[in-house]
Amino acid sequence: MDFISIKNNQRIKFAEIPVLAYADFFNVVTNQLMEKPEAHCVSYFGIPAENNVQLLCCIADDASASINVLSSVVSKTDTLQSITAKYMSFHLFEREIHENFGINFDGHPWLKPVRYPYNAADKSQTMVNYPFYQIDSEELHEVGVGPIHAGIIEPGHFRFICNGEQILHLEIQLGYQHRGLETLMIEKKKLLQRATLAENITGDTTVGHSVAFANAWESLCGFTADKQLQMERAFAIENERIAIHTGDLSGICTDIAYQLGNSVFGRLRTPVINYFQRWAGNRFAKGLIRPGKTNFPFTNDLAAQWKEMISAYKPHFVEMAEQTFDLPSVLSRIERTGIVSPAVAHQIGMVGMAARASNIVRDIRASHPFGHYANIDYKPVLEPVGDVYCRARIRYDEILRSIDMMNDILSTMPYDHKPATTLDKAEPNSFVVSLVEGWRGEICHCAITGPDGDLTHYKVKDPSFHNWLGLALAVRNNEISDFPICNKSFDLSYSGHDL
Amino acid sequence: MLSFVLIFIASLFFTGIVVRTKSLASGRKGPGIMQPMKDIWRSLRKGAVYSNTSSDIFQIAPSIYFASILAAMMVVPLGSQKGLVSFSCDFVFFAYVLALGKFFSIIAALDTGSSFEGMGASREALFSMLAEPAFFILMGSLGLLTGNTSFHDIFMNLHIGSYLSYALVTIACFVLIMICMIENSRMPIDDPKTHLELTMIHEVMILDNSGFDLGLILQATNLKFAMYGALIANLFIGNWPLYVSIPVFFGIQFLLAIVAGIIESFMARFRMGNNAQFILALSSLALLMLFGVLMS
Repeated sequence: MDFISIKNNQRIKFAEIPVLAYADFFNVVTNQLMEKPEAHCVSYFGIPAENNVQLLCCIADDASASINVLSSVVSKTDTLQSITAKYMSFHLFEREIHENFGINFDGHPWLKPVRYPYNAADKSQTMVNYPFYQIDSEELHEVGVGPIHAGIIEPGHFRFICNGEQILHLEIQLGYQHRGLETLMIEKKKLLQRATLAENITGDTTVGHSVAFANAWESLCGFTADKQLQMERAFAIENERIAIHTGDLSGICTDIAYQLGNSVFGRLRTPVINYFQRWAGNRFAKGLIRPGKTNFPFTNDLAAQWKEMISAYKPHFVEMAEQTFDLPSVLSRIERTGIVSPAVAHQIGMVGMAARASNIVRDIRASHPFGHYANIDYKPVLEPVGDVYCRARIRYDEILRSIDMMNDILSTMPYDHKPATTLDKAEPNSFVVSLVEGWRGEICHCAITGPDGDLTHYKVKDPSFHNWLGLALAVRNNEISDFPICNKSFDLSYSGHDL
Repeated sequence: MLSFVLIFIASLFFTGIVVRTKSLASGRKGPGIMQPMKDIWRSLRKGAVYSNTSSDIFQIAPSIYFASILAAMMVVPLGSQKGLVSFSCDFVFFAYVLALGKFFSIIAALDTGSSFEGMGASREALFSMLAEPAFFILMGSLGLLTGNTSFHDIFMNLHIGSYLSYALVTIACFVLIMICMIENSRMPIDDPKTHLELTMIHEVMILDNSGFDLGLILQATNLKFAMYGALIANLFIGNWPLYVSIPVFFGIQFLLAIVAGIIESFMARFRMGNNAQFILALSSLALLMLFGVLMS
């Protein structure tokens, strides 16, 4: 056995994961990716194993709805053959392993740390002397933006190398938001603390990440959510998608100075996000998703409120979106701007909405369905080109798709609430992968329990982790004044990347 | 003298009306008409902060910029009333005294050593340079049509002409409105509201200015707007008596502000690379005027 094939949220014994020699591990991983073009790495990380490091790689095979997991135990002083040299999509995973354990990868284009935590392997490398790609030219100039930006956004540094107005290269340096989240998930022992941490992985994907955590923990405890709970969670994920997508369309209009779109989409986002306030007492749905239970049972009354809200929302939204995507001045800004070709998107392993805008079928709701999504046959929305227009347009189409799905959920919801289950202790020595399609894309949580049934390792991967490189490549050869609109069209998370 | 005072009065309301128009168009109430002036007054009462890396140029540039606008305002007439000064070819003085102010604001931006401000300065220099031929061809054609060379004489004699003059005034009006938008860094060339340094033109050049200097620059922008409004008003006023021309003057300023507000509400900004094309197209429109005059 080279690997073990599991389903999304399927619990296995940790010992069942095959341990290969690194040379075999390398071959199996690269063969998997070579044989199946739709296979992609959802998580690749190391965990300390006595004095060595155990590398775990989870490759999602979309065709068979399975996740292939394999591992290898290597020494910290080893120099390993880099998978990045063959598959670009591994570049950040290998940099992260290098940062955590000091393992070197031979053939990696540039092995520098992703973040600069206090417990990094090599403390001599600091944020202050971050090695940027540099140019030595009289004609080119560098523009540095950030880490502190105008407006209320998170910190991150963007270093452009430009030829006049044209961007030749962009390097994005993140890590300022590092909170040691994965360590905190282990250190905090109470389930409520952990659920709260999961909610705050990124502020704009509260539902997505908390569902991923709830699924992982419930699976570890052998608890299966009942139909009602599954439906409520799917409903919350889709409502979050509608709210954030609408807000992003407003942001895209702001960045091209289209005031009408900015104010109308901005106004439309408010009732959708505020619906969570009525449901769970928090606009960002904090507190709504809890493992094993819900503190805010969905009622007939809430369903009626949502229907009323969305029937006021939809006609205005459709009218505004049709007008926006039909206005010549808007189209001239967003068409053919910031293109990520399907080939490049595949090469760097882009996920989620941004990948689908580049014509890549990659949607966890369809390929690795969980909860309620397993009962429906979801067809992902695709756009052909991968420019800003496609990334804006796909939001419009996904919102309409989500509204339909939520209407279906409401029409079949049983409204029978089971009593809460206390999930204190998980199955010992177990492993689970939990995949969720948040509004931005594929969220992956991997959890490992120790002999006492408590978490010993928790690995979080936000879709931003894959997609930041997509942004850096999208802006090449574009005008530097178009960077903000490209950035907004991806709308990636800093805190989700930095953890 | 009269035009100088009227332009100043009009400038007090101009930005307020633009902002209010945009607010109403997006379904908001918006701030009071005088709010932009209150902000400027607040800035004017503050001291300015200067970076250690900038030189004297940076400190004097805002004053020179403001003075250049005042100097340009002096030659603008109002119908039969001459400006403070009026001489032959004063429109050349008008264009280049504005260019002088712009030159100082550009080198002041470069003086800060910021990579953003350098980018903004190069954009501003390029776009003003491209707008210059449009202005000169326009004024030159009007001069050729009327046989005069000062603002006052050109505008006074424009209305004695034929039907052709109406056609020419229509084109001139459009070209002047667009030059006004370019010179003031408004939509569709530049977005004054954006917070994104990378897409700014004029705003990014004044990022380092604060307090009194910032107040001067903002008021200079208002004056510039009203000054171009006065030029457009002059295309229509001719030698009407004052009790007609003054209300018409304010009416046209008001309309210009509303047009600016509406343009900014209902369209997206141009892609930076298309700006140059657009501005050059204004020159070709101005050339159309020249041919019209030559044929008459």
